[in-house]
Amino acid sequence: MKADALVAKYETKRASILEVLRLLQEHYGHITLEMEEAVAQYLELPAINVREVMTFYSLFYSEPKAKTRFHVCRTLTCALLGGEEMVKHLQEKLGIKAGQKTADGKFSIETVECLGACEIAPMMQLNDKEYIGPLTKEKIDALIK
Amino acid sequence: MEKLISKYFIPGKTSFLADYLADGGYKAARTVFEKYQPKDVVDLVKQSNLRGLGGAGFPCGMKWSFVPQNTGRPVYLVVNADEGEPGTFKDKYIMYHTPHLLIEGIIITAYANNVHKAYIYIRGEYVEPYEKLKKAVEEAYAKGFLGKNIFGKGYDLELVIHRGAGAYICGEETGLLESLEGKKGFPRLKPPFPAVVGLFGCPTVINNVETLSYVPFIVNRGAEWFAKLGSDKNGGLRLFSVSGHVKKPGVYELPLGVSLREIIYEHAGGIREDRKLKAVVPGGLSAAIFTADEIDVGMDFDQLRNKGTMAGSGGVIVMDETTCMVKALLATMRFFAHESCGQCSPCREGTGWVHRILERIAKGGGRGKDIETLLDICSFMGGTTICALADGAAMPLRSYPTKFREEFEYHVREGKCDLDLVRHSEREARRIFI
Repeated sequence: MKADALVAKYETKRASILEVLRLLQEHYGHITLEMEEAVAQYLELPAINVREVMTFYSLFYSEPKAKTRFHVCRTLTCALLGGEEMVKHLQEKLGIKAGQKTADGKFSIETVECLGACEIAPMMQLNDKEYIGPLTKEKIDALIK
Repeated sequence: MEKLISKYFIPGKTSFLADYLADGGYKAARTVFEKYQPKDVVDLVKQSNLRGLGGAGFPCGMKWSFVPQNTGRPVYLVVNADEGEPGTFKDKYIMYHTPHLLIEGIIITAYANNVHKAYIYIRGEYVEPYEKLKKAVEEAYAKGFLGKNIFGKGYDLELVIHRGAGAYICGEETGLLESLEGKKGFPRLKPPFPAVVGLFGCPTVINNVETLSYVPFIVNRGAEWFAKLGSDKNGGLRLFSVSGHVKKPGVYELPLGVSLREIIYEHAGGIREDRKLKAVVPGGLSAAIFTADEIDVGMDFDQLRNKGTMAGSGGVIVMDETTCMVKALLATMRFFAHESCGQCSPCREGTGWVHRILERIAKGGGRGKDIETLLDICSFMGGTTICALADGAAMPLRSYPTKFREEFEYHVREGKCDLDLVRHSEREARRIFI
């Protein structure tokens, strides 16, 4: 089993929790409360220890995520170079606010803090993976089509 | 100027094992196994004046010498690749372009500190750098540079890449250890320091990616050579990440002690559209800012500390004359409010409070005593918490309204920015800033 191999890399079972949760999320898209309890049992932890990890870190999803996710940076360098305008443009185009998902579940917008790519500011991360920047309204429009 | 690490920074290219070996890679690792005792390596790095380039600037060799050997417990090496200080993006370049350089630095550091298990903690958002690093680690295992009996020298070293999950605080070394143990990234009270009680309760060496990537150069070319590249007690070069209103943002590898003016005007090409410089963050978002007439300063750990700021992570953020300093500070403090882990009251409450005040001022609702209140909050946030996040928030929080007092007062009094006219016409003309 894949999870056993993850646990085996560490000195304690608990240390593998981020990797085990990531494995689940890659497979199921998001992590339900039932899955959290299963992880707790598997790692021999109280369920609260899984819950607190789920809520402390920003990269885990408790709800089904949109198909296309825009995570737009708003920290200083991006803010200096128009990050806020990019968020506004996305919001207008999609008719939702940052933190929301379109009704058809296709798109979501989040504002995030520095992703370590200030040389391409203003920037965003697409679908928790690719970094895109410097952003322009035209680039954003092309991604929405 | 000779490039060391950054000679590998060729756009789109990763130097994997064949390329790295062809360039003389892993020669330094072989040298230490063949010619040096572990203590010799520690001494070499001490003499090189290599500083911790993650932000704290602690002398690297001295840090290693604090690790107690023969405690009966294993010693761990943890590489901090949780690059998150806003304005900093150099470690990403190292892991993307030259992952084997980092692995070689890890091997040498492990040998010097009698480590047989090492972890790289890489931030979860760095997907591509992680993939490059993962492939390089697999190559190193396949070649016998990692695992059992490495280089055929009877030494074992396991290396595990651990991905974070989105929390700035995990870049703080004890928060990172907690996270690596599978917990929330709450920083630990110190002492005991990680060198003595670190990962899983064992002695632990924690170093930044860039710091370890200079170690192979020191082994190959000598401590004296490295020390001479930099300034007094600040050995070598470092990677400056330059961003903001400059013509050529990017990573520039320059000697410690280089002037800030040279970084901005010679290497980063000067200010966009040749406007006037207004302010600069010299060492990551947590550093106090400089005004335009303070940039003739040597960029090393000691000179910047003497100027009331810090060299930090080498993240230089440049702001030109069109920047509203209230809004720049708002973007700064929103970050700290968002990333405070919530463990200590002065930080959790202080960063949130400051954020709310600044948001109100920026929206035109400033009140008479707001600036005093901001400075007052600074005084209780600094030095009163478990980790340095609150100190890192207090430094810019004090410097913006102090150095741009009139602009802050105008904003509070008039309920708007005195740049509004400029900003309005510019917004029509071009893509714009805050």
